[in-house]
Amino acid sequence: MNAYTLDRLQFAFTVTYHYLFPQLTMGLAPMIVIMKSLAIWKKDERWNDAARFWAKIFAIVFLFGVVTGIPMEFQFGTNWSAFSRYAGGVIGQTLAMEGTFAFFLESAFVGLFIFGEKRMSQTAHWFVGLMVLIGTWLSGYFIVATDAWMQHPVGYEVAGNGSVQLNSFWALVLNPWAIVQYVHNMGGALVTGSFAVAALGAFYILSKKQVEYGRLFLKAGVVVACIGSIWMIAPSGDMAGQMIAHHQPVTLAAMEGRFETEEGAGITVLGQPDVDNQKIDNEIKIPRMLSMLTYRRWDAEVKGLNAFPKEDHPDNIPLLYYSYHVMVGLGTIFIVLMVVSAFWLWRGKLYDTNWLLWLVMIAFPLPFIANTAGWMTAEIGRQPWLVYGLYRTEHGFSPMVSSGNIMFTLLGFAGMYTLLSLLFIFLILRRIENGADELNAIEIIEIPAAASAEPALGGI
Amino acid sequence: MIVAVMIAAYVILDGFDLGAGIVHFIVGRTDDEREDVISAVGPVWDGNEVWLLAAGGTLYFAFPVLYSAGFSGFYLPLIMVLWMLIGRATGIELRHQMHHPMWHRMWDFVFSLSSILLAVFYGAALGNVIRGVPMNADHYFFEPLWTTFTVTANPGILDWFTVLSGVVALVALAVHGSAYLAVKTGGDVNARSRKVVSTLWYALVLLTILSLVGVMNLRDGILANYSTYPAAWIIPILVVACLGAIKFFNRGGQDKAAFVSSCLYLALMLVGAVFALYPMVLPAMDPANSLTIQNASAGAYGLSVGLIWWPIGIAIAIGYFFYLYRSFAGKVESGS
Repeated sequence: MNAYTLDRLQFAFTVTYHYLFPQLTMGLAPMIVIMKSLAIWKKDERWNDAARFWAKIFAIVFLFGVVTGIPMEFQFGTNWSAFSRYAGGVIGQTLAMEGTFAFFLESAFVGLFIFGEKRMSQTAHWFVGLMVLIGTWLSGYFIVATDAWMQHPVGYEVAGNGSVQLNSFWALVLNPWAIVQYVHNMGGALVTGSFAVAALGAFYILSKKQVEYGRLFLKAGVVVACIGSIWMIAPSGDMAGQMIAHHQPVTLAAMEGRFETEEGAGITVLGQPDVDNQKIDNEIKIPRMLSMLTYRRWDAEVKGLNAFPKEDHPDNIPLLYYSYHVMVGLGTIFIVLMVVSAFWLWRGKLYDTNWLLWLVMIAFPLPFIANTAGWMTAEIGRQPWLVYGLYRTEHGFSPMVSSGNIMFTLLGFAGMYTLLSLLFIFLILRRIENGADELNAIEIIEIPAAASAEPALGGI
Repeated sequence: MIVAVMIAAYVILDGFDLGAGIVHFIVGRTDDEREDVISAVGPVWDGNEVWLLAAGGTLYFAFPVLYSAGFSGFYLPLIMVLWMLIGRATGIELRHQMHHPMWHRMWDFVFSLSSILLAVFYGAALGNVIRGVPMNADHYFFEPLWTTFTVTANPGILDWFTVLSGVVALVALAVHGSAYLAVKTGGDVNARSRKVVSTLWYALVLLTILSLVGVMNLRDGILANYSTYPAAWIIPILVVACLGAIKFFNRGGQDKAAFVSSCLYLALMLVGAVFALYPMVLPAMDPANSLTIQNASAGAYGLSVGLIWWPIGIAIAIGYFFYLYRSFAGKVESGS
């Protein structure tokens, strides 16, 4: 494997792994604020316990997000130095703003929310929770804005040395692509967070322990997941689709598996793309649907891959096609599952309907897959460009770093992240095992006296 | 300038929690004592480390050429720094997830080892910047970890000079971290922290002098800025004064003053190095290929925009930290 391939592989691996954590923190933060608000509004201490419990889970996820996130910023320089030199004057802005406006905020308030509750009033604690939410969501915006510039470059000019330089700050920050991508992406994070809360609720109810908290989790989770799942298709998913159709038509053709330009194009629901023979095998198709969704007319012309020069086609069409279809397929399943669950909840039957609780419980990994597939659609769809229409990916990697060195670090990351995964699973399972009502018994940090007096926890 | 301030902020702030990690096993003999050490840095390390990220981001948009040259050139050590940062963060944060002596011991070890290695790597990195790197005319270079350990046209990350600066950083941060722990703890941990400051102080003085001598022998013209502006000799004089102050306050038991002196010492060492290099930001072995303030920076519009939002963001951030440090003020309660 050459250095270019390994650079891509390393970035893809580290960013995919990293994003498993932020999507959960960005999804859990609003859930925690909702629980905290309910605690104050309904004067119900159980919601406070629920908020505290999820805050402890949040803290673990947040830590893993931080430690896997630092390598992302570094890798722009270490592995993609030619790209950084080309575009650093623009995308460095949003990345630096993330550090300055979001990370400082998060790092200060996350600790305060978890360890500082006893030092402040309930209202102040709610406010600190809100600041955590704002911090994580701001962080998300700056990253999405960075990616959006690479998808749809705006507010730049080409300088004398061939690099791009910023010429409009507000164009960069208010890039229409960023706004559309952001509302879609944050909906995805909310789906991940609410599914996790609902799934743990279902687990507690089914396993007949912590049932009282299980019901709270399930109720909060299902309501938010229902709204979030619908949001992902309409309006936000549709808006994202419109963006791609208008600015990256070749990407649309590849992700839909449209090889030929046609009027009244259908949408492929299932099927395997055969790129060599320019067709879809075993195709199940809804006629004219793609024309309608994209251009709002049943007979509109949709450009196929044959309308674009081959060197501008995304370099991995099948993977792009599958990523997109996995995302949409899962999104559809989410809506069905959560609308049914919400209806059962409203009728007061959900807590006793075991088959549905089972489905809610085992569904928790699916939003992680859907979010990953969504980002793969965006990033593989952008290929062969690093900056769409301006700068090709093959020009962006570090020219002096040899493939052997990259292999070394890629393997190192793989090993390190395997260890981190084991640790993460262990710690989260332990929290789940301890449950929401035992929090006061396992009070941690800052009370070393209590900690030292306590014998080692059994049954871990 | 901004980047320099941010890097200095990172060194001074994260320096003390790094330093706490270096001396973790020296000042914390028992599990409870080490718990005190972790409690002293626990609430603040993450915020301190954000300075590194913020500095990296600022470097990225203000000096894209420097960022790309430096980061790809120091490829291996930087990726290893990332691994150490992962180890250290998990060490601090996961220790208290479970109350079991073996679990504690494992994370204490991870925390301490990664802190020690990070300090050496940072010192060596700074040494590389002062010494110069084998940059080509396109402003790219790549250094293996070591070649012959000598300063030649084809150096590695580690040679006699950068190893020396790594050791200086290790000792300086150990003193700095101990000074911080002396402020934040009581009892035996406090006493041992003071002892470490007082003992390592002699090593620090010796190493500071050695590194200055080393720099002078490194290459011609490295002190040119000092010859042009003799007033700048005030910097090394102040460095010596700060060293003296650390000892003086340490002996008098004034932990806070000793810690402040240590902060100033680190800041002045950095200022001295930056002044010597100016206007270069990353000197090359062949001076014609060096990166300077001018040829490494981004477009004027981007920089001026940055100058508007940056102070706003930092002012807000300082507000948070003021609040945070006030919330966690005072000594940690001793477990023993």
